[in-house]
Amino acid sequence: MFYREAGQFKTNYRSDQAIFPIIQDRWFIALVLAVAFIVIPMFANEYWFQAVLIPLFIYAIAAIGLNILTGYAGQVSLGTGAFMAIGAYATYKLCTAFPDLNILIIFVVSGVFSAGVGIVFGIPSLRIKGFYLAVATLAAQFFILWLFNKVGWFYNNNPSGTITAPPRELFGIMITGPEAKAMTRYYVCLIFLSVMALAAKNLVRGRIGRSWMAIRDMDIAAEIIGIEPLKTKLMAFAISSFYCGVAGALFIFCWLGSAETEAFDIFLSFQILFMIIIGGLGSIMGSILGAAFITLLPIFLTNVPPMIGIPIATDLSKHIEEIIFGVLIVFFLIVEPHGLARLWQIAKEKLRQWPFPY
Amino acid sequence: MEFLESVFILPFLDIADSPVFFLEVVIGGVLSGVMYSLVALGFVLIFKASGVFNFAQGAMVLFSALTLVGLMEQGVPVFLAIILTTALMVVLAILIEHMMLRHLVNQEGIILFMATIGLNFILEGVGQIAWGSDVKKLDIGLPDTSFEYGDMLFNTLDLSAALIAAVMVTVLALFFQYTGTGRALRAVADDHQAALSVGIPLKTIWIIVWSVAGIVALVAGILWGTKAGVQFSLVLIALKALPVLILGGFTSVPGAIIGGLIIGVGEKVVEVYWGPAFGGAIEGWFAYMLALAFLMFRPQGLFGEKIIERV
Repeated sequence: MFYREAGQFKTNYRSDQAIFPIIQDRWFIALVLAVAFIVIPMFANEYWFQAVLIPLFIYAIAAIGLNILTGYAGQVSLGTGAFMAIGAYATYKLCTAFPDLNILIIFVVSGVFSAGVGIVFGIPSLRIKGFYLAVATLAAQFFILWLFNKVGWFYNNNPSGTITAPPRELFGIMITGPEAKAMTRYYVCLIFLSVMALAAKNLVRGRIGRSWMAIRDMDIAAEIIGIEPLKTKLMAFAISSFYCGVAGALFIFCWLGSAETEAFDIFLSFQILFMIIIGGLGSIMGSILGAAFITLLPIFLTNVPPMIGIPIATDLSKHIEEIIFGVLIVFFLIVEPHGLARLWQIAKEKLRQWPFPY
Repeated sequence: MEFLESVFILPFLDIADSPVFFLEVVIGGVLSGVMYSLVALGFVLIFKASGVFNFAQGAMVLFSALTLVGLMEQGVPVFLAIILTTALMVVLAILIEHMMLRHLVNQEGIILFMATIGLNFILEGVGQIAWGSDVKKLDIGLPDTSFEYGDMLFNTLDLSAALIAAVMVTVLALFFQYTGTGRALRAVADDHQAALSVGIPLKTIWIIVWSVAGIVALVAGILWGTKAGVQFSLVLIALKALPVLILGGFTSVPGAIIGGLIIGVGEKVVEVYWGPAFGGAIEGWFAYMLALAFLMFRPQGLFGEKIIERV
């Protein structure tokens, strides 16, 4: 009744190719952004920022990155954690080497570093695919973390072996370091997520994204119609790693404050992988939904049972969480391999016809 | 220069200096390689018969070992506990077939792979809820003493582990080669549809294969558990089994064994002799790098079937 395209006539190609062709979608996105930018900061407290919203946004960026590689270009990667680590360590090195450089530029440049390494570890994808490629990315995962652990240069030889976000300000406001307010960091992450999600959305519906999908669906056919596998696959690796790198930089600088390589271990890679499976392979919206789901589920599990009077021990709730993750993954793969994004789409289809289904 | 020397010259001098120690390192590597082989074997069995890359093999190792220890802590005698755990693994196989595989027929390999990652988490969670997550000692009465033979030090536990693994592999090879079920399994591995059309019940075969993989996991769990205690890190050996598979080929039983041995020996030798040059702890990634380098030249592995497909 209120969500249908009837009556919205397109009079030029520009509006025909608009990113959200239906006005209700535009309203919805505007509403979401308004809530995120204005309403939430008015009500949320420190706990919500630090434990829920900031990690959610950072994971969402990483999930978009992995989704570009796995969901759109069809290359399985288990090395997300390592690419995030590259972003984090590059930011740290740049930050300490050039203290005057604008922090936002540093974030972006670290993403570029991560993209470079991504290309190197993407080279095997030209010859191998599927599980074999997953093992190749595992090599990246273990090797890079080992390197960051062993070579003191990466953490400026400090005795604790951790990297700590130095305080940096932007336009006179502290955005990293211990003095940065949670709300400021929230805005930084939110802006990064909004810009990068928009960029990704435009990438995947354009020429580049289509060539990724062609490679994913059938590489031989794609090559025959003139898509270069080399360029396309490496570009997917580069852009995916760029996203992961920026997410990793934010991970340390806007969320944890300081961390060791353990923060980026294989389990982080798996977590991001689950986000895109549950959210939906090949969907930007799905990456964000999946990130939200995986971030909120543990919080839900730790907070809700005590609230309704069922006390659950911490380690027990951790195991229950594991089981629920597992069950959900299997459930989604069986019932809806396209994840939450597909459910969202179905809901919209239903809404178009509601309440007169004819 | 110093670095190059420590990579290209010193290790070989060390080896030449003390061949007995080198041999000890190699034997240590062979023994841990046997363990990798056992886990890889579980992978290969399932991959051959159902085309599923079973990531949950590591979790199955943990789950079976935890169950065994848990039962023994309840006072169940060793022999009975092993039988009960075996039965449980068979039940698990049936459950997996009914709840998961049956609904995922005809899905792409990667979807099935991810489903087993989900299974991995379920097993980890259930196992640890049921039996607790502390490190447990597993003692099923295997002798654990050291003795010297010639100049070398041996451990009876390691030797019996190698022996059990060898027996296991032989039994499996015979089972595959000479029994009706084994022949059916090989038929399914070759071609699902052809196997179905000559009347081989695919679902039963899957249950059998997952049961066998469960039993292999139990054996691996017993051996690892006796050696290093039953703990969460058993799950991680699943990750170690991946490079083993790459090396040996996904579909080859002997490949899994030899791949495991190569990785086991390579890891130990490299860690002992080349580790200092790189600052140590290169065990963690050496196997993956080796597999990666190997993939470049022989993507199908040492004994795998050649995949004729060009990109």
